[in-house]
Amino acid sequence: MINKSAHELHSLLSSKRVSSLELTEAVFARIDQVEDKVKAYITLTKEEALRQARAADARLKAGNNITPLTGLPVAVKDNMCTQGVLTTCGSKILNNYLPPYDATIVAGLKSAGAVIIGKANMDEFAMGSSTENSALYPTRNPWDLTTVPGGSSGGSAAAVAADEAVLALGSDTGGSIRQPAAFCGVVGMKPTYGRVSRFGLVAFASSLDQIGPLTKDVTDSAILLGAIAGHDEKDATSVDLPVPDYRKALIDDVKKVKIGLISNLLGDGIAPEVKLAVKAAAEALAKLGAEIVEVELPSFEYAVSTYYLLAPAEASSNLARFDGVKYGHRSGGTKDLLNMYYNTRREGFGPEVKRRIMIGTYALSAGYYDAYYLKALKVRTLIKQDFEKALGKCDVLISPTAPTVAFKVGEKTADPLAMYLSDIATIPVNLAGLPALSLPCGFSGGLPIGLQIIGRAFAEETILRVAFTYEQNTKWHTQKAKL
Amino acid sequence: MNYETVIGLEIHAQALTQSKMFCACSIKFGSEPNSNICPVCTGQPGSLPVANKKAIELGIKAALALNCKIEPSSIFARKNYFYPDLPKGYQISQYDKPLATGGWVDIDVDGVTKRIGITRLHLEEDAGKLVHVGADRIMGAEESLVDYNRGGTPLMEIVSEPDIRSAREAAVYTETLANLLRYIEVCDAKMEEGSLRCDANVSLRPVGQKEFGTKTEVKNMNSFKAIEKALLSEEKRHEEVLEEGGKITQETRFYSEETNTTSGMRSKEEAHDYRYFPEPDLPPIEPDDKWIEEIRQSLGELPQKRRQRLIDQFGLNTESASILVYDKPLANFFEDTTKLYDKGAVVANWLTGEVTAYLKEKKKTIEELDLKPPQLAELLKLIDEGTLSGKLAKGVLVKVIETGKQVKDIVAESGAQISDQGELNKIIAEVIANNTKVVADYKGGKETALTFLVGQVMKLSKGRANPALANQLLKEALT
Ligand SMILES: [Zn+2]
Repeated sequence: MINKSAHELHSLLSSKRVSSLELTEAVFARIDQVEDKVKAYITLTKEEALRQARAADARLKAGNNITPLTGLPVAVKDNMCTQGVLTTCGSKILNNYLPPYDATIVAGLKSAGAVIIGKANMDEFAMGSSTENSALYPTRNPWDLTTVPGGSSGGSAAAVAADEAVLALGSDTGGSIRQPAAFCGVVGMKPTYGRVSRFGLVAFASSLDQIGPLTKDVTDSAILLGAIAGHDEKDATSVDLPVPDYRKALIDDVKKVKIGLISNLLGDGIAPEVKLAVKAAAEALAKLGAEIVEVELPSFEYAVSTYYLLAPAEASSNLARFDGVKYGHRSGGTKDLLNMYYNTRREGFGPEVKRRIMIGTYALSAGYYDAYYLKALKVRTLIKQDFEKALGKCDVLISPTAPTVAFKVGEKTADPLAMYLSDIATIPVNLAGLPALSLPCGFSGGLPIGLQIIGRAFAEETILRVAFTYEQNTKWHTQKAKL
Repeated sequence: MNYETVIGLEIHAQALTQSKMFCACSIKFGSEPNSNICPVCTGQPGSLPVANKKAIELGIKAALALNCKIEPSSIFARKNYFYPDLPKGYQISQYDKPLATGGWVDIDVDGVTKRIGITRLHLEEDAGKLVHVGADRIMGAEESLVDYNRGGTPLMEIVSEPDIRSAREAAVYTETLANLLRYIEVCDAKMEEGSLRCDANVSLRPVGQKEFGTKTEVKNMNSFKAIEKALLSEEKRHEEVLEEGGKITQETRFYSEETNTTSGMRSKEEAHDYRYFPEPDLPPIEPDDKWIEEIRQSLGELPQKRRQRLIDQFGLNTESASILVYDKPLANFFEDTTKLYDKGAVVANWLTGEVTAYLKEKKKTIEELDLKPPQLAELLKLIDEGTLSGKLAKGVLVKVIETGKQVKDIVAESGAQISDQGELNKIIAEVIANNTKVVADYKGGKETALTFLVGQVMKLSKGRANPALANQLLKEALT
């Protein structure tokens, strides 16, 4: 039962063929069986999960207030605040942090009757593309334990791929939902910036971060997105637009849909088998009635450099609060303020986080601000304009999600720049604030390949329709990792 | 050499809101430490700011009263620095795009009106408060505690042009601004409680020189008087340094009221690069014209206009008109009273004299008193009618304030002025009988003896004798 999708399980729960308690216990049994190998979680909240499952069963029994999530086990990335439950962001500096409040989306999951299984592993402060930057331990890819699950939401993606959760939430700043979804052969969506509340999501880069679903199929993605989307008055950047019923967008038809194949994401630096899979996906969509055109987005060339100025700049400021004064790690034994700051942050942050804080601090410094931060903002505008032009002609754009399939554990840890390039196809989407989804479109050497579908702002429905049609007419999503 | 002093002021005025700038916590003064706090104002990971609309409204209101232009789009920025009273590691402020720019305010310095330019008005949040044990600052303290109650309090920073030319002007400017902000109800402007704070940039230049001299920033001036004293002392220090051929170091200096001197901090402590950048968690402030117009309407008549009107309409002198308009409830009380009793100058005398003295002594506001305009009007009418002497009326006024009773009841209890000739003559007869020596002196030509005898009449009548009549009757009795 644990390998079933959320919508299948929802029917089983609603018709009382399965109870949430049985389902939750089955998920924990699966965790007992495979977690040693996968390491998808930082914290498991079994007792509380079983309590939530019983409460969900009572709701299901009474037959009122049942939502599509009632009774379903969900994994939450460890950068979303859970009241009284350890929230580390994969960092030593928060190794003892018990938030005094729930993130808006966590509160939403709870009131929908979802069962929170635990907090998923991640690259420290969501900085990374392999989950190897977690201060605790790396997560492994369920398809091949010698490879990475991607990152930074690697724990969330691996949990879903290994059936250690039915659904999971991740966060995406430069590809952190979509790239691990591609590596782990699941569906991952980054909604439009402002679609989902960020209140309670520990900030990495505030103007880029967005929470989104990691699921076993496109239907589940629509369901989970519907549950977390919406305006939040506690997040001034969340947008006050009605939330559509995303399931209504799940139409098996792409006739007359115009799809732009991003040609400059099929060139150098993209693995041949990934190129082939994406081209084949485009042909399959064409056969289903879509019109395929090639589009070029020239400013993409600068996207990675732009991102690695803006995101660290914001991060350098966002991470200033971790100073040992109020919560989290505080270095012992220092007698003065400056040394407390130095030692706390030296001991608490890992190397990648320190690297980005330094890059960001530099980019914002007097004398460098104009040349780096301000210039990057201007390039960001160019990238947005490129997208606007392409999406003026096309309904959606498609590309590989990542340039390669999952790479080996340790393969890129010594070369940060090589690691940064694994987000080359996803980063521009965050810079433009657009929605995008990754779904399986093939395999190479037994490892999944992801297809990225990018849409216009707040047009998640169009993406879901194209993704659903593709999924219904292919079999990639039916293959499971063998553990 | 003769020097000219150049001063620019930065005023931090706490906006009179119920809640903080970016969260719903109360800003009540004097609460238990760390009782008015939440995830947002303690910088918990994941928390986000949401701008307080009321604070923006008050900022716009203040800016309009200062004749500023409201910017169509202003943005919040992060000012990054580490300090334990700053929970996020940055202060949310406004930097290159403030809420309002380019205004002015007129000040009256010893009878001369002068216009001071306002560069900008912007919004920001206050920091928390540190309490040090074992030292008066964090360096050297055994331990330091932090109270985040004040953290996130909304502030309006009002920056003047370097148009101020003396310490006296600086004090008057600050007081004028404080009165104005209080009058339009955007800030209670209590320097001693810190709801209005003032930093000054001071420099000297030889008279006639266009370029500014090197400036210092003076902090820790906690009253209007302290501003004047601090800036006089700093001005003198600059002059001494320059006279000796020395150079002023650009730095921040703290004023000590005890020693009446300023002293510098080590420059290492203030070598900051704040790395300002636009706050990504907050959208720009883009007030629409309709809203701005509504706020403008809510301003009503501003104090300087009202003062002129009171002078023209009621023949008040500048001084009493000024006292009235800078205490809006008092001015309202004045105008309400004049509707019932039309001698404005008399009403103003009572309000700026007796009533204001009482308020100052008891540290109260006019609104807290039981005295209402109809009662004051009634009292003043009784004086005109001769029922009460001025002195008696003062006593009645205090009783009205202290007991909340009606004027007529108090007059009935303590008795009105005695103007009855028969009754007065009885008292006079008794005074004459008891003071034969003084009476003899008077009759012998000592005119001043009469004053003493009138005094005795007043004393015997417990102050109720009509003094003019008593005087007249006494004279008659002694001839
Ligand atoms: Zn608060």
